[in-house]
Amino acid sequence: MKDLSGPKATRYSQPLGDKLWRNFVIGLPYLWLFLFFLVPFGIVFKISLADPIVAQPPFTALFDFGANTKNWLHATFDNYLFLTEDNLYWISYFNSIKIAGISTLLCLLLGYPMAYGIARSTPTVRNVLLMLVILPFWTSFLLRVYAWMGLLGKNGVVNGLLAYTGLIDAPLELLYTNGAVYLGIVYTYIPFMILPLYATLEKMDLDLQDAAADLGAKPWQVFVDTTLPLSMPGIIAGSMLVFIPALGEFVIPALLGGIDSLMIGRTLYDEFFVNRDWPLASAVATVLLFILVIPIMLFQRSQQEKK
Amino acid sequence: MISKNITQTKQPVTPYVPETLWLDPEAKPFIQIKGLSKKFDDFTAVDDISLDIYKGELFTILGGSGCGKSTLLRMLAGFEMPNAGQIIIDDVDMAGIPAYDRPINMMFQSYAVFPHMTVAQNVAYGLKKERVAKPEITRRVSEMLELVQLSNLAKRKPQQLSGGQRQRVALARALIKRPKVLLLDEPLAALDKKLREQTQFELMNLQYELGITFVVVTHDQEEAMTLSTRLAVMDQGRFVQTGTPTQVYESPKNRFVADFFGTINLFDATVISCQPNEDSASYNIKAKLDKTGTMVKAVAESLLSPASAITIGVRPEKIKISHERPEGDNLTIAKGVVEDLAYYGNRSIYRVRSESGRVIQVSAQNYQRSEQLSLEWDDQAYLSWDASCNVVLTE
Repeated sequence: MKDLSGPKATRYSQPLGDKLWRNFVIGLPYLWLFLFFLVPFGIVFKISLADPIVAQPPFTALFDFGANTKNWLHATFDNYLFLTEDNLYWISYFNSIKIAGISTLLCLLLGYPMAYGIARSTPTVRNVLLMLVILPFWTSFLLRVYAWMGLLGKNGVVNGLLAYTGLIDAPLELLYTNGAVYLGIVYTYIPFMILPLYATLEKMDLDLQDAAADLGAKPWQVFVDTTLPLSMPGIIAGSMLVFIPALGEFVIPALLGGIDSLMIGRTLYDEFFVNRDWPLASAVATVLLFILVIPIMLFQRSQQEKK
Repeated sequence: MISKNITQTKQPVTPYVPETLWLDPEAKPFIQIKGLSKKFDDFTAVDDISLDIYKGELFTILGGSGCGKSTLLRMLAGFEMPNAGQIIIDDVDMAGIPAYDRPINMMFQSYAVFPHMTVAQNVAYGLKKERVAKPEITRRVSEMLELVQLSNLAKRKPQQLSGGQRQRVALARALIKRPKVLLLDEPLAALDKKLREQTQFELMNLQYELGITFVVVTHDQEEAMTLSTRLAVMDQGRFVQTGTPTQVYESPKNRFVADFFGTINLFDATVISCQPNEDSASYNIKAKLDKTGTMVKAVAESLLSPASAITIGVRPEKIKISHERPEGDNLTIAKGVVEDLAYYGNRSIYRVRSESGRVIQVSAQNYQRSEQLSLEWDDQAYLSWDASCNVVLTE
């Protein structure tokens, strides 16, 4: 009996090398996330519990093991409390969510027909159109935002054209407005909406639309009953890809926005570099992360429950 | 199996005997297709097709890929608009009537079952769009699900169904609207062999009892032969031949039909004499096979001048294969060597190289269990067939 069990056990168990290799491959992304997400986040969180001081670094240490201290742990939630007390932060967060939300909606409304058009065009045309969607990425993001400043400015191209054609007498206030921020965000992030939408629309079985029409659905009903629900994964992916970076956007509101287009990214920047209040800035960043992570986690859980 | 439950539906059950309708000159066609054409850029998919289909028929359009059969079906459904011609269904011209308003439903080759809806929701969809009252929808859906034996799967999503079950959903979804015409695009193509045979009979029974006119498109000649009351063989956008399965199989119009619709042995031949038959409009001909000089007798439908080139066709199952030379007046006899044989259980297929060097295919029923006629590779064999089995092809 012992002769039989021996070889059987080794035959069905993996060689040690394979096991190590598998664990290594699986572990690699975890290692990456640990090093470049969890550790930095831990540092930021640690700073958010400290008090600001005028020193190098500009915050108190979390742990103090000095000889004559009673409390070796030095942590405070004052920064988080302060966030709730000052209107500025509420307004920034709310503004960010509003601007990111509206921008995402605009991206969806503009991007959906574009993605649909691309998915339904002939293969040659389709490749050209996809190329055009990706093309702006070949230029620096910052340059493109600066280009919008040139276009929208008081003496910019748009005002110049309107004045030349006699449509306006005085230049319009286009730059440094909320409108310019929306324009900038939609312009920058719309490819992230179009591409996942295109991916779901392109692989959709066109027979489904014909079948709906065959069963008595008018064209708009065909869209509402089949195309729209079946492209939901693309809509969600695209919305996430637009909403998340738009929420923390700093450059666009800073360059194109006015005083009232206050977004959390700018507040964060000001706390860090203008006020040099690193602990408060860290608290702002931590809260921002939770605003982003919690809805994503809730969404993923609902997706898993569906399955 | 389906037919057992059929009486439970409210659908008026009027068993149809459509076998003769198209022979009756008084009969009014239910679907009239007149001079229908469809072009995609330079490519003519459907080229001036005219066709009458009668109520209760199961009409099959048979053709290879790219012959235009799917385009024709899509024009009937209203997904494609013809460049020329007319489609009239039950006296109503379909021009300008969009797909969603036509009294036609379609079962797609891919089944096109909505993946985000349950089986019951799929079946109910058409009625919802008709704004049928909720209780009636519920009632008709459960009736229809019972008819296609899916009642216990009503709450399933399509991903949880087998191919055959998905097809039943597609069928139920199309039939629940009580269409005047049901279009079926390759209805059996995606099923395995056992399921195909079963489904085939179910479809025929269903069609017979509901009295709905079925138009089937397929590339599978066996499917076409077993399902249809009549069929049309299509090639390059045109109908090559229209008729009952028997007509098309036994009297193919030309080499294309003969070859496409089943297997056939074709021999080039030259007419020697041609005499009109006394009682009918056919002609008795004598012809000489070009390669061997064998004289054969056959019946032609038109007068053929002597020395004109024709093709003689013989179906493999009409040929007898034997060890001994058979005796008989009207027999055409060839001698050869078995080059290939395939055993199918119920029948065997032999490929015999005749003395003239060409290969003749023979399909023999294995009517005996013993091995009395055991032909092996390289065995000498005689092939023989009756003159009445010779098909004269002039094109």
